[in-house]
Amino acid sequence: MTHFDAATAAVQAALDAGARYADARVMHRRYESMSARNGEIEGLDQDESAGIGVRALVGSGWGFFAVPDLGDAAARAAGRRATAIAAASATVAGPAADLVPVPVESASWSSECLVDPLSVALSDKGDLLVSATGEAHGEGADVAEGLYQIWDTHKWFVSSEGHRIDQHLRECGGGISATVVGDGETQRRSYPSYRGQYGTRGWELVDELDLGAHAARIAHEARELLSAPLCPPGNTTLILGSEQMALQIHESVGHAIELDRILGWEAAYAGTSWLDLAQLGRLRYGSELMNIVIDPSVPGGLGSFGYDDEGSPAAARYAVQNGQWVGVLAGRDSAATAGLDYAGSVRSDGWARLPMVRMTNVGLEPGPHTLEEIIASTDDGVYMDNNRSWSIDDKRLNFQFGCEIGWEVKGGKLGRMLRNPTYTGIGPLFWRSMDMLSSEIVPWGTPNCGKGQPGQIGHTGHPAAPARFTDVRVGVRA
Amino acid sequence: MSTELLRVDLAQQVLELVRVATGGTAQAEVTVQWQALALTRFANSYIHQNVADTTTRVRLRLHVDGRTAAGSTTLTDPASLRGLVDRTVAAARLCPPDRSWPGLAPQAGPVTAGTVDEAIVAATPDDRAALVRAFVAAAGGLVTAGNCRTRHTTVTFANSAGQLIEGAGTDASLDGIARTPTSDGVARRAAGQLSDLDGGLLGARAAAKARAGADPVELPPGRYEVVLEPTAVHDVLRCLAVHGFNGKAVGDRRSFAAIGEAQLDPSVTLVDDPVSPGAIGIPFDVEGTPKRRIEMVSAGVTAAVAHDRRTAAQAGTSSTGHASPGEGSGPVPANLRLLPSDPAGPSGVDAPPSEVDGPAADSSVAAMVAGVGRGVLVTDHWYTRVLDPRTLVMTGLTRNGVWLIEDGRIVRPVRNLRFTQSYPRALEPGAVLGIGTHAVPLPATYEDSSFVAPALRLASWNFTGGASG
Repeated sequence: MTHFDAATAAVQAALDAGARYADARVMHRRYESMSARNGEIEGLDQDESAGIGVRALVGSGWGFFAVPDLGDAAARAAGRRATAIAAASATVAGPAADLVPVPVESASWSSECLVDPLSVALSDKGDLLVSATGEAHGEGADVAEGLYQIWDTHKWFVSSEGHRIDQHLRECGGGISATVVGDGETQRRSYPSYRGQYGTRGWELVDELDLGAHAARIAHEARELLSAPLCPPGNTTLILGSEQMALQIHESVGHAIELDRILGWEAAYAGTSWLDLAQLGRLRYGSELMNIVIDPSVPGGLGSFGYDDEGSPAAARYAVQNGQWVGVLAGRDSAATAGLDYAGSVRSDGWARLPMVRMTNVGLEPGPHTLEEIIASTDDGVYMDNNRSWSIDDKRLNFQFGCEIGWEVKGGKLGRMLRNPTYTGIGPLFWRSMDMLSSEIVPWGTPNCGKGQPGQIGHTGHPAAPARFTDVRVGVRA
Repeated sequence: MSTELLRVDLAQQVLELVRVATGGTAQAEVTVQWQALALTRFANSYIHQNVADTTTRVRLRLHVDGRTAAGSTTLTDPASLRGLVDRTVAAARLCPPDRSWPGLAPQAGPVTAGTVDEAIVAATPDDRAALVRAFVAAAGGLVTAGNCRTRHTTVTFANSAGQLIEGAGTDASLDGIARTPTSDGVARRAAGQLSDLDGGLLGARAAAKARAGADPVELPPGRYEVVLEPTAVHDVLRCLAVHGFNGKAVGDRRSFAAIGEAQLDPSVTLVDDPVSPGAIGIPFDVEGTPKRRIEMVSAGVTAAVAHDRRTAAQAGTSSTGHASPGEGSGPVPANLRLLPSDPAGPSGVDAPPSEVDGPAADSSVAAMVAGVGRGVLVTDHWYTRVLDPRTLVMTGLTRNGVWLIEDGRIVRPVRNLRFTQSYPRALEPGAVLGIGTHAVPLPATYEDSSFVAPALRLASWNFTGGASG
């Protein structure tokens, strides 16, 4: 029995039990992570997970059931359970549920991968982390930590409309950090970001990071931060590095344009959105420089795939064009509810979880400047990079973000290093103040996006570049 | 064969495979967890997501030739178990030496079996839908959203030192909001028994808060005296647990916690209690160490922090039974309770009050409000994140209802506020002006945990921004 057979059996059982639509995903994932600390391996975990998840629609009620058993009987039972759950949903029913049409395809897709990360010797991967964290510790970090993670995922998707799609995604990445402990506070520097850089790529991504070359620098910078002056409070011109820009996009644009939030489907937990569908196509989200694209077809992006978990093919679409809000992240049912004609952004984090609206790759198109030009044209401001803390309200409007490091900018030059730099603002006001944007795009990957109940961890990509914002409140502290 | 026997059999099969693969030289521990999880979500007053899954996960950690590795699988056929063992043994042999391996947990005496409610075990989608329907109906026409969860977990642990223990637990929760065009009100409850969940009571409470919070006004940022309701105190406990009373963070000097020091107000006693009747969770950790009741803070004095075997060995003490898979985030007290000022019983857990009028969660909160000259009543916290772990300075926002208090009365709803506040500073000696009498079990937002909190009246809370910036 093939995995397609199991998925087909589950779908048929759901239909036989009364569902008017059903789909099933068989998924098999191998995960590996290794962490090191001060030159020694701290942990090595390898996980294998496989099962089938079935989604059924009865009337306007959805049901989902999953089991870690790929046999025919278990698959059929899962289909029947999903339908029974959907029938219970229909007893507290909402408006009629519909699905926007998507092409019915039989297809196979694999992500690009030059070096299979699971084939790289554990000893080589361990040596990399041991060496980098050992050097950072030796150069003054009280706690030097390193981490890599690898996901190797096969999916087989079948729907009652006739989809039959298999995909193979290989994702990996890693990073290092240095923490120093001072009198009453800690400081941290990371490379390339706290949890590292990730993509739907092979081990070549980690090789390119060259973690060891940055170990001493981050240790020295963390130590230097302990005695650096605090970021002064006030309103000023703010320049953000590309890694912090990725976080800014993720939190204040990516989540805000999720259609399930806009429709109120996440109201009690993740929250809603300040965006109103009545303003789609008319609302000014940011300055003319702001062009945000939803694009799961970006090669190597952490939010890349061939097809989403409803069988919609990867396609690029503007979310914000020349500063105007024009698109959302949608699924087949949410799009139908909203009266839109596109889906393509529904994913689950494993066979045991319901596919839901998620970010794919949501990022900036390049601007006309360089970071060097942005700094050179700034008389008085602050430059910050590398996220340290992030908090935003349930409408994705009021944010306060902290960075690991900042520098004064005076007379077009970087000045003193600043510690505990924070900034705060209101999303659309902040984005409307963006007056310079670099062309130096980096496709940052975020492997830890939480959403849903039960909780799911999503992988998202965020092409981002340094940018400048005016009249921003910085230096907020307790 | 019963499912319990199957799990024991699985654990022993894996230990035997390890023995054969390593010639008996490995120290090995195996955890077999079976879980049936069901969660019914509602939004816009109807059920829009409704899920369930039944999962078995086998986790193996072994130490061989001075090296350590761990692995897990959801596949339990013989070939997959052999694959798990082979991969993990191979991985361990390729790893650098593990010089801080703490050894296996010794055989333990009798272990509490855990608490199982047969109604939760048998709960159907229709049972959950009935609770949701009652919540929605009690909101009196307001738009509602939330979820109802039931969970049944059994765990078998075995190690090559002869430890073999089993435990089981059930829990259920109902967590929802009612909404007006300008406000949300929340009511939530976790329970070890399904019969403790009252959809009508919680729906009415959420609606009362939402109506009392309609048309809020902006309040200038600044330091205010606050009354934090149990839902907000839950976040305070979670952050203290994760970042403060975490043996790894303490060892790294990334925590504020210092044993023996009077760090919090004398009125504050914090207990981690995973074993009292009604407690939620499995009564031993993934290293097979039985859990027990531990006072983390006794009358304001930090008395203990959570340890697994590795952090305990490094600190020169013994494990408190707080090991978690992966080890990375360190041992965290997952059943932290702030003891109420007038505990209902030895566990300090109360039945939820049944009164539903007005913005205050219950009469205990209302009594605390009556003592405030000028301050803020906060229902809930949202998206709290650490600015500095050592001082535990957090930033976050209020959610689900905030009100201005003047002369002991709630005078008007205010819009959500951002705060930037050190949690230990907010609880320092002299800063706690009152602790509520009702300690309510609340469902965890993130981790597999259960915190129980009464309300808190605090002298000062640093609000650093309003909803508009």
